[in-house]
Amino acid sequence: MADIRVENLVKSWGGLRAVDDISFDTRAGEFVALLGPSGCGKSTTLRLIAGLDAVSAGRVVLAGRDVTALPASKRNLSMVFQSYALFPHLNVAENVTFGLSVRGVPKAGQAARLKHVADLLGLAALLDRRPSQLSGGQQQRVALGRALIAETPICLLDEPLSNLDAQLRSEMRNEIRSLQQRLGITMVFVTHDQTEAMSMADRVILMRQGRIEQNGAPADLYEKPASVTVAKFIGTPPMNILALDAREGGAVIAGSAGPAVGPAGGRPVVLGIRPEHVALGSGGLPATVETTEYFGADSIIACRAGSQRVLVRMPGKPSLDKGTAVHLSWPRAAAHIFDQETGLRRDAA
Amino acid sequence: MTASRNALYGALLLLPAAVLLWVFTYQPILATLGNSLYSTPRGRRASVFVGLDHYQTMIADPVFWKALTNNAIYALTTIPLSMALALAMALFVNAKLRGQGLVRMAYFTPTVLPMVAVANIWMFFYAPDYGLVDQVLGLFGGGGNNLLGSKETALGALIVITIWKEAGFFMIFYLAALQQISPTLIEAAELEGASRRQIFRRVTLPLLMPTTLFISINAVIGAVRLVDHVIAMTKGGPDNATVLLLFYVYQVGFAFWDTGYAAALTAVLLVMLALIALFQFGYADKRVHYR
Repeated sequence: MADIRVENLVKSWGGLRAVDDISFDTRAGEFVALLGPSGCGKSTTLRLIAGLDAVSAGRVVLAGRDVTALPASKRNLSMVFQSYALFPHLNVAENVTFGLSVRGVPKAGQAARLKHVADLLGLAALLDRRPSQLSGGQQQRVALGRALIAETPICLLDEPLSNLDAQLRSEMRNEIRSLQQRLGITMVFVTHDQTEAMSMADRVILMRQGRIEQNGAPADLYEKPASVTVAKFIGTPPMNILALDAREGGAVIAGSAGPAVGPAGGRPVVLGIRPEHVALGSGGLPATVETTEYFGADSIIACRAGSQRVLVRMPGKPSLDKGTAVHLSWPRAAAHIFDQETGLRRDAA
Repeated sequence: MTASRNALYGALLLLPAAVLLWVFTYQPILATLGNSLYSTPRGRRASVFVGLDHYQTMIADPVFWKALTNNAIYALTTIPLSMALALAMALFVNAKLRGQGLVRMAYFTPTVLPMVAVANIWMFFYAPDYGLVDQVLGLFGGGGNNLLGSKETALGALIVITIWKEAGFFMIFYLAALQQISPTLIEAAELEGASRRQIFRRVTLPLLMPTTLFISINAVIGAVRLVDHVIAMTKGGPDNATVLLLFYVYQVGFAFWDTGYAAALTAVLLVMLALIALFQFGYADKRVHYR
């Protein structure tokens, strides 16, 4: 069991700051997802923790030990690469035991641990095969096996599921999560897929442009997004972010006649509302239906209210034609207020 | 278009290449094999069928055996040494390095030079007393050598030239192969705790094996084919110390005009090369490709 502490980490390439002064820490045995769009610095952060790249500034502390200056091999951690990085000339057994073998673990010990890991991941029948003879999911398991056999307290995963098809991905999601809990490993998991992050992680660190936007439990990110960026990244479809016009009795949706949905006066703000919290009814904000998208269990209806577009999630398949006049309403508690300029959350004043 | 029409077009498209191959490769091979069973025509005496006479002559010919031994020594030294040197140079110029392009070019230059030009340069290096090599040796009190002119050193001197020339060429292949190896594999090996030596021995080297096989095939061919420098520098001498098989074929065929015997020598050369190629493709190939 080991915790990870990252302090004021910076990585710059030339003038570009890929990782810009970020700090966070994890508890031992925690499953943390680094989430963000491509180019946000999440993979670089992972590589800095792993020791595959040298930091420009800041510290990496693993289990209370400052490892910033140590090479990857001395950090007592394992890693699963996005491309799996299996050695094409070695069979599955040799791939999994590669680390033990170069570290001089006796053959008998290697065999015992290989058997354990092979049983854990269902690799027993594949041990003699070369990576080229395996499916994507099997290769993924081998990569995981190579990481787990080292029995390091920390395991880093770089987009491990991105090369798998949807079915396999959800299987592996559960499998990795249950392995992590059973073995009590501290896992840091890089992904651009919010579903993965939300469903697997104890904590999600959402990054953008080299900085941390929000660091919290999945429910926090969903229920109390710290900024417009987070609000727009989490949820499918993402939160509606609506511009407001200031009025005497309280701000209204831009281009509409009311009713008031935001605070009166103060700094200009935008309104965030999740599609699943908007209801179609007889009272509330007048709007017209623009399009309907049917997804089976529910439908997403795009409405125009004033100059703004509002997405509404409804169960089943409502029969709403283009141009139908509707009224939108939502519970007061479901509305999020963000500063228009900074994009940061403002709790209802 | 019917199937037979298709086959006709296919055949017509293959025809030019097939004709060239037949006229310039296969027909001469068959003709050579045939000629090796006939005596050399001289003056008014037309050639007659002599069966395996030439091959019997060959077995009794001390120069043939000398050429064979020389060629074996030549191949067994130039091939491994030039390949090892090529790999070392490729590893060196593949690393982050100031003036990388310049170093790569410098290593490749000997390949661009024609062998006769190379021979000319090395004639100067090897010249007794004032040559570069002898002057350096002179500094250590070992001057006054005629490296190309003495039986003990002449073959070695040619071997050095061949290694010098071939290594740069092979380096290009190794360099390309090294650049094909995913850096992630090396990172994964590092993370697993492998030292640089272990990474080289257990990851890089095995992944270079297909290239190594390819280069070794080329090197074998080169070891038999490259005789320009023998012709330009030693003419097989002194006392046949630098006679290589192909040079002997050339000598017998074009200096002694014994074309029948030259054909028999060529046939032996061909069979030996074919056997080596069969081994390389049939046996080694299966052990070297991982996909």
